[in-house]
Amino acid sequence: MSKQPKQLAEEDLHGYVDGRLDAARRAEVEAWLLNNQADAARVAAYRQQNEMMQALFNPVLNEPIPLQMHPQARHRSYAQPMRYAAMVGGMVLSGILGWSLHGAETNKQPAVLAMVNRAALAHVVYTPEVLHPVEVGKEQEEQLTKWLSKRLGNNIKAPHLTSAGYELMGGRLLPGNQGPVAQFMYQDARGLRLTLYISSKMAGKGEASFRYAQEGKVGVFYWVDEDLGYALSGELAKADLLRVANAVYQGLNQ
Amino acid sequence: MDSMNLIITEQIPRLRRYARALTGDRTSADDLVQDTLERAWSKLHMWRRGSDMRAWMFSIMHNTFINHIRKNRLDTVSIDEDALEVPTRSTQEDFLQMRDLSSAIGKLAYEYREVILLIGLEQMSYDEVAKVLGIPLGTVMSRLSRGREKLRTIMAGESAPVLRRVK
Repeated sequence: MSKQPKQLAEEDLHGYVDGRLDAARRAEVEAWLLNNQADAARVAAYRQQNEMMQALFNPVLNEPIPLQMHPQARHRSYAQPMRYAAMVGGMVLSGILGWSLHGAETNKQPAVLAMVNRAALAHVVYTPEVLHPVEVGKEQEEQLTKWLSKRLGNNIKAPHLTSAGYELMGGRLLPGNQGPVAQFMYQDARGLRLTLYISSKMAGKGEASFRYAQEGKVGVFYWVDEDLGYALSGELAKADLLRVANAVYQGLNQ
Repeated sequence: MDSMNLIITEQIPRLRRYARALTGDRTSADDLVQDTLERAWSKLHMWRRGSDMRAWMFSIMHNTFINHIRKNRLDTVSIDEDALEVPTRSTQEDFLQMRDLSSAIGKLAYEYREVILLIGLEQMSYDEVAKVLGIPLGTVMSRLSRGREKLRTIMAGESAPVLRRVK
Protein backbone atom coordinates (compact mmCIF):
# COMPACT_ATOMS: atom_id res chain seq x y z
CA MET A 1 0.00 0.00 0.00
CA SER A 2 1.29 3.43 -0.86
CA LYS A 3 1.47 5.83 2.01
CA GLN A 4 -1.60 8.01 2.37
CA PRO A 5 -1.06 11.73 2.85
CA LYS A 6 -2.71 13.21 5.92
CA GLN A 7 -4.50 15.83 3.94
CA LEU A 8 -5.48 16.33 0.34
CA ALA A 9 -4.24 19.64 -1.03
CA GLU A 10 -7.22 21.82 -1.95
CA GLU A 11 -5.72 22.72 -5.30
CA ASP A 12 -5.32 19.03 -6.14
CA LEU A 13 -8.98 18.46 -5.47
CA HIS A 14 -9.91 21.20 -7.94
CA GLY A 15 -7.24 20.12 -10.39
CA TYR A 16 -8.84 16.70 -10.26
CA VAL A 17 -12.32 18.13 -10.87
CA ASP A 18 -11.06 20.11 -13.85
CA GLY A 19 -8.98 17.28 -15.30
CA ARG A 20 -5.72 19.15 -14.93
CA LEU A 21 -3.61 16.59 -13.03
CA ASP A 22 -1.04 14.21 -14.42
CA ALA A 23 -1.69 10.48 -14.12
CA ALA A 24 0.36 9.98 -10.98
CA ARG A 25 -1.28 12.81 -9.08
CA ARG A 26 -4.69 11.73 -10.31
CA ALA A 27 -4.16 8.27 -8.90
CA GLU A 28 -3.18 9.74 -5.53
CA VAL A 29 -6.31 11.86 -5.43
CA GLU A 30 -8.47 8.90 -6.36
CA ALA A 31 -6.96 6.82 -3.59
CA TRP A 32 -7.67 9.61 -1.14
CA LEU A 33 -11.26 10.03 -2.28
CA LEU A 34 -11.97 6.34 -1.73
CA ASN A 35 -11.45 6.85 1.96
CA ASN A 36 -12.79 10.36 2.35
CA GLN A 37 -16.45 10.59 1.60
CA ALA A 38 -16.81 14.29 2.30
CA ASP A 39 -14.18 15.19 -0.29
CA ALA A 40 -15.64 12.71 -2.74
CA ALA A 41 -19.00 14.39 -2.38
CA ARG A 42 -17.41 17.76 -3.04
CA VAL A 43 -15.70 16.46 -6.16
CA ALA A 44 -18.99 15.08 -7.42
CA ALA A 45 -20.82 18.33 -6.69
CA TYR A 46 -18.17 20.52 -8.35
CA ARG A 47 -18.09 18.30 -11.40
CA GLN A 48 -21.83 18.56 -11.62
CA GLN A 49 -21.54 22.35 -11.42
CA ASN A 50 -19.25 22.35 -14.43
CA GLU A 51 -21.48 19.99 -16.38
CA MET A 52 -24.61 21.96 -15.65
CA MET A 53 -22.97 25.24 -16.59
CA GLN A 54 -22.00 23.74 -19.91
CA ALA A 55 -25.44 22.31 -20.51
CA LEU A 56 -27.14 25.55 -19.59
CA PHE A 57 -24.97 28.04 -21.45
CA ASN A 58 -23.39 26.19 -24.36
CA PRO A 59 -26.46 26.75 -26.54
CA VAL A 60 -25.53 30.46 -26.57
CA LEU A 61 -22.59 29.48 -28.80
CA ASN A 62 -25.00 28.57 -31.56
CA GLU A 63 -27.15 31.66 -31.40
CA PRO A 64 -26.80 33.91 -34.43
CA ILE A 65 -24.60 36.90 -33.70
CA PRO A 66 -26.77 40.01 -33.26
CA LEU A 67 -26.74 42.44 -36.12
CA GLN A 68 -25.00 45.19 -34.21
CA MET A 69 -22.04 42.96 -33.30
CA HIS A 70 -21.44 41.99 -36.88
CA PRO A 71 -18.13 43.33 -38.21
CA GLN A 72 -19.69 44.46 -41.47
CA ALA A 73 -21.99 46.67 -39.46
CA ARG A 74 -19.26 47.60 -37.02
CA HIS A 75 -16.22 48.94 -38.71
CA ARG A 76 -18.05 51.76 -40.36
CA SER A 77 -19.66 52.82 -37.13
CA TYR A 78 -16.95 53.85 -34.70
CA ALA A 79 -18.69 57.13 -34.11
CA GLN A 80 -21.80 55.73 -32.52
CA PRO A 81 -22.52 52.34 -31.05
CA MET A 82 -25.00 50.47 -33.14
CA ARG A 83 -27.31 49.61 -30.32
CA TYR A 84 -28.46 53.21 -30.04
CA ALA A 85 -29.50 52.93 -33.62
CA ALA A 86 -31.26 49.69 -32.81
CA MET A 87 -33.18 51.42 -30.07
CA VAL A 88 -34.50 54.10 -32.37
CA GLY A 89 -37.38 52.24 -33.91
CA GLY A 90 -35.81 49.25 -35.56
CA MET A 91 -32.28 49.90 -36.59
CA VAL A 92 -31.86 53.03 -38.57
CA LEU A 93 -28.65 51.78 -39.99
CA SER A 94 -28.17 53.72 -43.12
CA GLY A 95 -27.39 57.13 -41.67
CA ILE A 96 -24.83 55.89 -39.19
CA LEU A 97 -23.11 53.53 -41.53
CA GLY A 98 -22.76 56.24 -44.09
CA TRP A 99 -22.44 53.80 -46.91
CA SER A 100 -22.01 55.95 -49.93
CA LEU A 101 -23.97 55.34 -53.07
CA HIS A 102 -22.17 55.54 -56.33
CA GLY A 103 -25.31 55.85 -58.38
CA ALA A 104 -25.81 58.91 -60.49
CA GLU A 105 -29.02 60.12 -58.91
CA THR A 106 -27.90 60.43 -55.32
CA ASN A 107 -30.14 63.34 -54.50
CA LYS A 108 -33.28 61.84 -55.96
CA GLN A 109 -35.74 59.64 -54.10
CA PRO A 110 -34.06 59.41 -50.69
CA ALA A 111 -36.51 56.71 -49.61
CA VAL A 112 -35.48 54.52 -52.53
CA LEU A 113 -31.79 55.10 -51.92
CA ALA A 114 -32.21 54.33 -48.23
CA MET A 115 -33.89 51.10 -49.25
CA VAL A 116 -30.95 50.17 -51.50
CA ASN A 117 -28.56 50.87 -48.70
CA ARG A 118 -30.44 48.72 -46.24
CA ALA A 119 -30.91 45.97 -48.78
CA ALA A 120 -27.14 45.79 -49.30
CA LEU A 121 -26.53 45.75 -45.56
CA ALA A 122 -29.10 43.02 -45.00
CA HIS A 123 -27.39 41.12 -47.79
CA VAL A 124 -23.93 41.21 -46.20
CA VAL A 125 -25.31 40.42 -42.79
CA TYR A 126 -27.46 37.41 -43.66
CA THR A 127 -25.85 35.71 -46.65
CA PRO A 128 -22.80 34.46 -44.67
CA GLU A 129 -25.07 32.80 -42.08
CA VAL A 130 -24.52 29.09 -41.99
CA LEU A 131 -27.16 28.04 -39.47
CA HIS A 132 -29.85 30.66 -39.94
CA PRO A 133 -29.63 32.23 -43.39
CA VAL A 134 -33.41 32.43 -43.54
CA GLU A 135 -36.13 32.62 -40.94
CA VAL A 136 -38.60 30.46 -42.84
CA GLY A 137 -37.38 27.91 -45.37
CA LYS A 138 -38.65 27.26 -48.87
CA GLU A 139 -40.47 24.12 -47.72
CA GLN A 140 -42.97 26.50 -46.12
CA GLU A 141 -43.09 28.89 -49.02
CA GLU A 142 -46.82 29.35 -48.92
CA GLN A 143 -46.89 30.29 -45.25
CA LEU A 144 -43.86 32.49 -45.79
CA THR A 145 -45.42 34.59 -48.54
CA LYS A 146 -48.75 34.71 -46.71
CA TRP A 147 -47.06 35.92 -43.58
CA LEU A 148 -44.92 38.51 -45.34
CA SER A 149 -47.92 39.73 -47.37
CA LYS A 150 -49.85 40.25 -44.18
CA ARG A 151 -47.01 42.07 -42.44
CA LEU A 152 -46.15 44.30 -45.39
CA GLY A 153 -49.79 44.92 -46.22
CA ASN A 154 -49.22 43.95 -49.82
CA ASN A 155 -49.27 40.93 -52.03
CA ILE A 156 -45.71 39.62 -51.71
CA LYS A 157 -44.45 36.92 -54.04
CA ALA A 158 -41.18 35.03 -54.02
CA PRO A 159 -40.33 34.79 -57.72
CA HIS A 160 -38.87 31.49 -58.87
CA LEU A 161 -35.47 31.95 -60.49
CA THR A 162 -34.68 28.39 -61.48
CA SER A 163 -34.41 29.45 -65.10
CA ALA A 164 -31.63 31.85 -64.10
CA GLY A 165 -29.89 29.13 -62.09
CA TYR A 166 -30.96 30.19 -58.59
CA GLU A 167 -33.10 28.27 -56.12
CA LEU A 168 -35.19 29.90 -53.43
CA MET A 169 -33.85 29.16 -49.91
CA GLY A 170 -36.55 31.00 -47.98
CA GLY A 171 -36.99 34.42 -46.47
CA ARG A 172 -37.25 36.60 -43.44
CA LEU A 173 -39.00 39.65 -42.09
CA LEU A 174 -36.77 42.66 -41.31
CA PRO A 175 -37.27 46.14 -39.91
CA GLY A 176 -37.25 48.78 -42.65
CA ASN A 177 -37.34 52.57 -42.65
CA GLN A 178 -41.10 52.62 -42.96
CA GLY A 179 -42.19 49.44 -41.32
CA PRO A 180 -41.53 45.80 -42.02
CA VAL A 181 -39.70 44.64 -45.13
CA ALA A 182 -39.11 41.20 -46.64
CA GLN A 183 -35.92 39.51 -47.71
CA PHE A 184 -35.83 36.39 -49.88
CA MET A 185 -32.60 34.49 -50.33
CA TYR A 186 -31.51 32.44 -53.33
CA GLN A 187 -28.56 30.20 -53.98
CA ASP A 188 -26.99 28.81 -57.12
CA ALA A 189 -25.35 25.41 -57.57
CA ARG A 190 -21.98 26.75 -56.38
CA GLY A 191 -23.52 28.18 -53.23
CA LEU A 192 -23.41 31.81 -54.36
CA ARG A 193 -26.24 33.69 -52.68
CA LEU A 194 -28.45 36.53 -53.86
CA THR A 195 -31.06 38.40 -51.86
CA LEU A 196 -34.22 40.11 -52.96
CA TYR A 197 -35.32 42.86 -50.61
CA ILE A 198 -38.92 44.08 -50.86
CA SER A 199 -40.19 47.20 -49.19
CA SER A 200 -43.76 48.45 -49.27
CA LYS A 201 -45.05 52.04 -49.16
CA MET A 202 -42.52 53.27 -51.68
CA ALA A 203 -45.08 55.50 -53.40
CA GLY A 204 -42.72 56.19 -56.27
CA LYS A 205 -44.36 56.22 -59.65
CA GLY A 206 -42.54 55.93 -62.92
CA GLU A 207 -39.43 54.27 -61.44
CA ALA A 208 -40.12 50.94 -63.03
CA SER A 209 -36.79 50.94 -64.84
CA PHE A 210 -33.83 49.14 -63.33
CA ARG A 211 -31.18 51.21 -61.63
CA TYR A 212 -27.84 50.00 -60.41
CA ALA A 213 -25.83 50.86 -57.32
CA GLN A 214 -22.59 49.45 -56.00
CA GLU A 215 -22.21 49.16 -52.23
CA GLY A 216 -18.72 47.93 -51.49
CA LYS A 217 -18.52 44.48 -53.06
CA VAL A 218 -22.27 44.21 -53.36
CA GLY A 219 -24.04 45.17 -56.56
CA VAL A 220 -27.71 46.14 -56.33
CA PHE A 221 -30.32 46.40 -59.04
CA TYR A 222 -33.38 48.23 -57.78
CA TRP A 223 -36.73 49.43 -59.06
CA VAL A 224 -40.13 50.50 -57.87
CA ASP A 225 -43.27 48.88 -59.19
CA GLU A 226 -46.65 50.13 -58.02
CA ASP A 227 -45.90 50.92 -54.40
CA LEU A 228 -43.40 48.15 -53.83
CA GLY A 229 -39.67 48.77 -53.92
CA TYR A 230 -37.37 45.92 -54.96
CA ALA A 231 -33.63 45.57 -54.53
CA LEU A 232 -31.71 42.55 -55.81
CA SER A 233 -28.27 42.28 -54.21
CA GLY A 234 -25.38 40.01 -55.07
CA GLU A 235 -21.62 39.87 -55.28
CA LEU A 236 -21.39 39.16 -58.98
CA ALA A 237 -20.72 41.00 -62.22
CA LYS A 238 -23.20 43.68 -63.16
CA ALA A 239 -24.25 41.92 -66.39
CA ASP A 240 -24.92 38.66 -64.55
CA LEU A 241 -26.89 40.40 -61.86
CA LEU A 242 -28.93 42.20 -64.50
CA ARG A 243 -29.80 38.88 -66.08
CA VAL A 244 -31.17 37.68 -62.73
CA ALA A 245 -32.96 40.99 -62.15
CA ASN A 246 -34.79 40.43 -65.41
CA ALA A 247 -35.80 36.97 -64.28
CA VAL A 248 -37.06 38.44 -61.00
CA TYR A 249 -39.10 41.05 -62.83
CA GLN A 250 -40.61 38.41 -65.11
CA GLY A 251 -41.30 36.08 -62.20
CA LEU A 252 -43.12 38.83 -60.33
CA ASN A 253 -45.28 39.74 -63.29
CA GLN A 254 -46.33 36.29 -64.38
CA MET B 1 -8.60 44.66 -41.55
CA ASP B 2 -10.64 41.70 -42.75
CA SER B 3 -8.43 39.21 -40.96
CA MET B 4 -8.80 41.24 -37.77
CA ASN B 5 -12.55 41.21 -38.28
CA LEU B 6 -12.43 37.47 -38.43
CA ILE B 7 -10.12 37.00 -35.48
CA ILE B 8 -12.34 39.17 -33.28
CA THR B 9 -15.63 37.80 -34.60
CA GLU B 10 -14.46 34.30 -33.76
CA GLN B 11 -14.50 35.24 -30.09
CA ILE B 12 -18.03 36.68 -30.05
CA PRO B 13 -19.93 33.43 -29.35
CA ARG B 14 -17.68 32.61 -26.37
CA LEU B 15 -17.87 36.15 -25.05
CA ARG B 16 -21.66 35.98 -25.28
CA ARG B 17 -21.81 32.63 -23.53
CA TYR B 18 -19.63 33.86 -20.68
CA ALA B 19 -21.48 37.17 -20.43
CA ARG B 20 -24.84 35.40 -20.31
CA ALA B 21 -23.70 33.26 -17.40
CA LEU B 22 -22.03 36.19 -15.68
CA THR B 23 -24.96 38.60 -15.83
CA GLY B 24 -27.82 36.12 -15.91
CA ASP B 25 -29.82 37.94 -18.56
CA ARG B 26 -29.62 38.41 -22.24
CA THR B 27 -29.87 42.18 -22.47
CA SER B 28 -27.18 42.96 -19.90
CA ALA B 29 -25.01 40.26 -21.41
CA ASP B 30 -25.20 41.59 -24.95
CA ASP B 31 -24.69 45.09 -23.61
CA LEU B 32 -21.51 43.88 -21.96
CA VAL B 33 -20.33 42.13 -25.10
CA GLN B 34 -21.07 45.18 -27.22
CA ASP B 35 -19.04 47.46 -24.95
CA THR B 36 -16.25 44.92 -24.86
CA LEU B 37 -16.13 44.85 -28.65
CA GLU B 38 -16.05 48.64 -28.84
CA ARG B 39 -13.11 48.70 -26.46
CA ALA B 40 -11.32 45.91 -28.26
CA TRP B 41 -11.58 47.79 -31.52
CA SER B 42 -10.30 51.00 -30.05
CA LYS B 43 -7.36 49.22 -28.38
CA LEU B 44 -6.56 46.92 -31.22
CA HIS B 45 -3.21 48.61 -31.83
CA MET B 46 -2.17 47.35 -28.38
CA TRP B 47 -2.79 43.73 -29.19
CA ARG B 48 0.37 41.87 -30.11
CA ARG B 49 -0.14 39.85 -33.25
CA GLY B 50 0.31 36.19 -32.49
CA SER B 51 -0.59 36.50 -28.82
CA ASP B 52 -3.72 34.92 -27.39
CA MET B 53 -6.76 36.81 -28.67
CA ARG B 54 -9.14 34.95 -26.38
CA ALA B 55 -7.22 35.95 -23.26
CA TRP B 56 -6.95 39.52 -24.50
CA MET B 57 -10.67 39.82 -25.23
CA PHE B 58 -11.68 38.19 -21.96
CA SER B 59 -9.50 40.54 -19.96
CA ILE B 60 -11.12 43.47 -21.76
CA MET B 61 -14.47 41.99 -20.87
CA HIS B 62 -13.40 41.67 -17.24
CA ASN B 63 -12.53 45.38 -17.11
CA THR B 64 -15.75 46.31 -18.87
CA PHE B 65 -17.72 44.15 -16.44
CA ILE B 66 -16.12 45.88 -13.45
CA ASN B 67 -16.95 49.24 -15.02
CA HIS B 68 -20.56 48.24 -15.50
CA ILE B 69 -20.75 47.20 -11.87
CA ARG B 70 -19.22 50.47 -10.72
CA LYS B 71 -21.71 52.42 -12.76
CA ASN B 72 -24.43 50.33 -11.19
CA ARG B 73 -25.53 49.05 -14.51
CA LEU B 74 -25.38 45.56 -13.11
CA ASP B 75 -26.99 44.36 -9.97
CA THR B 76 -24.41 42.32 -8.14
CA VAL B 77 -22.66 41.78 -4.83
CA SER B 78 -18.98 41.78 -4.06
CA ILE B 79 -17.05 39.54 -1.70
CA ASP B 80 -16.92 42.37 0.84
CA GLU B 81 -20.68 42.50 1.10
CA ASP B 82 -21.62 38.88 0.98
CA ALA B 83 -20.56 37.74 4.43
CA LEU B 84 -24.15 37.13 5.39
CA GLU B 85 -25.22 35.90 2.04
CA VAL B 86 -27.22 32.73 2.53
CA PRO B 87 -29.43 30.67 0.33
CA THR B 88 -32.89 32.10 0.56
CA ARG B 89 -36.27 31.56 -1.00
CA SER B 90 -37.02 28.35 -2.72
CA THR B 91 -40.37 28.09 -4.36
CA GLN B 92 -42.36 25.14 -5.57
CA GLU B 93 -41.47 25.90 -9.17
CA ASP B 94 -37.78 25.83 -8.46
CA PHE B 95 -37.53 22.16 -9.22
CA LEU B 96 -35.71 22.64 -12.43
CA GLN B 97 -32.17 22.39 -11.24
CA MET B 98 -30.71 24.06 -14.26
CA ARG B 99 -32.67 27.19 -13.67
CA ASP B 100 -31.55 27.03 -10.09
CA LEU B 101 -27.95 26.98 -11.21
CA SER B 102 -28.34 30.24 -13.08
CA SER B 103 -30.02 31.95 -10.15
CA ALA B 104 -27.52 30.41 -7.73
CA ILE B 105 -24.61 31.77 -9.76
CA GLY B 106 -26.32 35.15 -9.61
CA LYS B 107 -26.20 35.04 -5.82
CA LEU B 108 -22.44 34.63 -5.72
CA ALA B 109 -20.15 37.61 -5.36
CA TYR B 110 -18.93 38.51 -8.82
CA GLU B 111 -15.32 37.73 -7.92
CA TYR B 112 -16.28 34.10 -7.38
CA ARG B 113 -18.58 34.04 -10.34
CA GLU B 114 -15.84 35.10 -12.75
CA VAL B 115 -13.36 32.49 -11.55
CA ILE B 116 -15.86 29.64 -11.48
CA LEU B 117 -17.17 30.43 -14.94
CA LEU B 118 -13.83 31.01 -16.62
CA ILE B 119 -12.69 27.63 -15.33
CA GLY B 120 -15.88 25.58 -15.46
CA LEU B 121 -17.56 27.06 -18.51
CA GLU B 122 -14.77 28.60 -20.55
CA GLN B 123 -12.35 25.85 -19.42
CA MET B 124 -9.38 28.11 -19.00
CA SER B 125 -6.35 26.92 -17.07
CA TYR B 126 -5.77 28.43 -13.62
CA ASP B 127 -2.81 30.38 -14.99
CA GLU B 128 -4.87 31.84 -17.81
CA VAL B 129 -7.54 32.94 -15.37
CA ALA B 130 -4.91 34.68 -13.24
CA LYS B 131 -3.71 36.55 -16.31
CA VAL B 132 -7.18 37.46 -17.57
CA LEU B 133 -8.31 38.78 -14.20
CA GLY B 134 -4.95 40.28 -13.27
CA ILE B 135 -4.76 38.51 -9.91
CA PRO B 136 -2.19 36.12 -8.39
CA LEU B 137 -2.62 32.39 -8.95
CA GLY B 138 -3.14 31.87 -5.22
CA THR B 139 -6.11 34.23 -5.31
CA VAL B 140 -7.58 32.32 -8.24
CA MET B 141 -7.31 29.09 -6.26
CA SER B 142 -8.86 30.48 -3.10
CA ARG B 143 -11.73 32.10 -5.02
CA LEU B 144 -12.30 28.88 -6.91
CA SER B 145 -12.40 26.88 -3.71
CA ARG B 146 -14.71 29.24 -1.81
CA GLY B 147 -16.86 30.00 -4.82
CA ARG B 148 -17.52 26.37 -5.63
CA GLU B 149 -18.35 25.58 -2.03
CA LYS B 150 -20.72 28.54 -1.78
CA LEU B 151 -22.41 27.52 -4.99
CA ARG B 152 -22.81 23.99 -3.65
CA THR B 153 -24.38 25.31 -0.46
CA ILE B 154 -26.77 27.55 -2.35
CA MET B 155 -27.79 24.76 -4.69
CA ALA B 156 -28.29 22.34 -1.81
CA GLY B 157 -30.36 24.93 0.04
CA GLU B 158 -32.57 25.59 -2.92
CA SER B 159 -33.34 22.03 -3.73
CA ALA B 160 -34.04 21.09 -0.12
CA PRO B 161 -36.68 23.54 1.05
CA VAL B 162 -37.89 21.27 3.83
CA LEU B 163 -34.52 21.19 5.49
CA ARG B 164 -34.23 24.92 5.34
CA ARG B 165 -37.43 25.45 7.22
CA VAL B 166 -36.08 23.58 10.18
CA LYS B 167 -33.59 26.40 10.73
